Amino acid sequence: MAKKFLSGNEAFAYGVRLARPQVISAYPITPQTIVVEKLSEFVEDGSLNAEFIHVESEHSALSCAIGASSVGARAFTATSSQGLLYMAECLPYAAGGRFPIVMMNANRSTALPWNIYGDQRDSISQLDSGWIQAYACNAQEALDLALMSFYIAEHKDVSTPFMANLDGFVLTHTYEVVDVPTAEQADAFLPKYQTDNKMDLQKPRNLAFSAGPDTNAFFKHREHLGILNASKIIGEAEERFAKIFGRRYTGLTESYRTEDADYILITLGSLSGLVREVVDELRKEGSRVGLLRLRYLRPFPNEEIAATVKNAKAVAVLEKDISFGNEGTVYTNVNSALQKAKLRIPSSDYIGGLGGRNIYKEEIKIIFDELEQQQSTVKFLGIGGETNGN
Amino acid sequence: MAINAKTLNETEFFYGHKACAGCGGSLAVRIALKVLGENAVAVLPAGCMSAVGFNFPQLCFGNNAIISTFAGTASMLTGVEAGLRAQGITDFHAVGFAGDGGTADIGLQALSGAIDRNDDILYICYDNEAYMNTGIQKSSLTPFGARTTTTPAGKNIRGNLRPKKNLFEIVAAHGIPYAATASVGYINDFMRKVEKAKNIRGTKYIHVLAPCPTGWGVKTDETVEIAKEVVDCGLWYLAEYENGEFTLNRRPKEFSDVSAYLKRQSRFKHLTDADIEIITRSRDEKWEFINNSFK
Repeated sequence: MAKKFLSGNEAFAYGVRLARPQVISAYPITPQTIVVEKLSEFVEDGSLNAEFIHVESEHSALSCAIGASSVGARAFTATSSQGLLYMAECLPYAAGGRFPIVMMNANRSTALPWNIYGDQRDSISQLDSGWIQAYACNAQEALDLALMSFYIAEHKDVSTPFMANLDGFVLTHTYEVVDVPTAEQADAFLPKYQTDNKMDLQKPRNLAFSAGPDTNAFFKHREHLGILNASKIIGEAEERFAKIFGRRYTGLTESYRTEDADYILITLGSLSGLVREVVDELRKEGSRVGLLRLRYLRPFPNEEIAATVKNAKAVAVLEKDISFGNEGTVYTNVNSALQKAKLRIPSSDYIGGLGGRNIYKEEIKIIFDELEQQQSTVKFLGIGGETNGN
Repeated sequence: MAINAKTLNETEFFYGHKACAGCGGSLAVRIALKVLGENAVAVLPAGCMSAVGFNFPQLCFGNNAIISTFAGTASMLTGVEAGLRAQGITDFHAVGFAGDGGTADIGLQALSGAIDRNDDILYICYDNEAYMNTGIQKSSLTPFGARTTTTPAGKNIRGNLRPKKNLFEIVAAHGIPYAATASVGYINDFMRKVEKAKNIRGTKYIHVLAPCPTGWGVKTDETVEIAKEVVDCGLWYLAEYENGEFTLNRRPKEFSDVSAYLKRQSRFKHLTDADIEIITRSRDEKWEFINNSFK
């Protein structure tokens, strides 16, 4: 293990190199570029033995990765925002074909208005595409996630593509000290990709076929089961990871000072670092507050959320997305988790950080203050006013 | 030994599918796979051939085959080729079969990207001159005058107003190692070109005219005949592009009657003498270019 000073993008690229992908296809888009530049350098200097394909669009980036995966190769791509939307056709395609491609997405706002800065409207718009979705909160987790994502995606009980999300700029471009594991450690962690779901010269197959009304649901149900299975395999991967690398992750969610918390703020990504600080400050003042970070949005941590917040007086979601005409999508999902667990807890939604707008400590403190009113509201942070008639 | 009907592989790789009777596209796919052999790994986008060949549980390819997204034939081929090579596998032929819309319209960007990278793939466009799978809509390879369901021939507009996109030369302009035109009417020529492409490294492109009786309005037993006639009357030509040079493979001594070719197809039934004159003139201009520029 070696300590390096790396940005989130670079850390992720180091993680990908350790996973030894055989085919990388990518198209540049801010703020993803550094991860593919770094991987190109690794291929050039011989430290990564992969086919690097300079595709002419994001649609081709993922289509090419699907092609590589369809013959049993380990495939990686990376994108962001408009690029993710441009390749959107290929997302359910990869998931439906059960091709365990790993993709890094640098979370960035979507046009219009044009904006290159970070929010999570890009990836969250693709929640229904059948991909596992993870959200890293720092560069170390980004590297570790890169390595773990292949293990999880390629596990035979999962066979589902994996989207690892890093907040644009805030995480992708911020430098931190990162432990970079050795290749030997990584090889001990990550087995070679082996699958029967491939075209094979010895055993020819027809893949990515049509399935009509009589058989379609069978395949879709299997796809659903595969991504649900990821919950268990994520735990298995993290256990294995902890044994080899000594760093332990906590599955679909990570809770901070929630055990006795009356008020819990639920968020995801790099924002959780700031919320953690606010929780510490408010705790010093005697407030019983806590943080629940969603590390994964798919599979969705229904049970983990319910178990964590069951004794809380109120919860709020702070998210960098909005489903126009309704509310933040994370909030919708969280409320569904509460409902299924028969928890009648007031919940509020705060939509912030759109287009990279900074979120301030004071705003988070206000959220915790407002939580004490135990109401259910949907608000845009920094704009003021409720967004619906709740 | 030159490949021909006698030496062609007897094994079938594309059968049991539900293509229409007389389908020129399925003939092109069937023959090309016989030439390429069992180690062909085929990519077919959304379109006729995937619609008729991949209906679970009735899967009709004896070799490896996969459906790509409509726009993704070439990019998926790239991935298949790179993925196999990355695993040390080299004895295969990555081959794509896409229709005219899937090639000249929605798939052109990915095709251009693959040629630009000179990926070691063979891309075969089976050109039936419209979006036949969705019910005969105009593509950019639909010829001037043709009636399709989106270019109806009425009082005001007389079918498709634009000429057929010159995809062969667009592809050649990339400096591709090998490109060719062909027709299922001249099957030995097509087989020879597939065989040739099979042994060339880098990107290969074959544009094979493949009539669609359903869309063209001819009898199902006339496919081969009309695919010959389109070459004989000079509205299509058999050529190759290699080492920066165009070569004409078949020069009709004199053209057969354009009008006869057009009038036997219901898609051209509405054409007036003036329309046919326009088509004939554009044919002659094309041939002037061919005679001046092709070997």
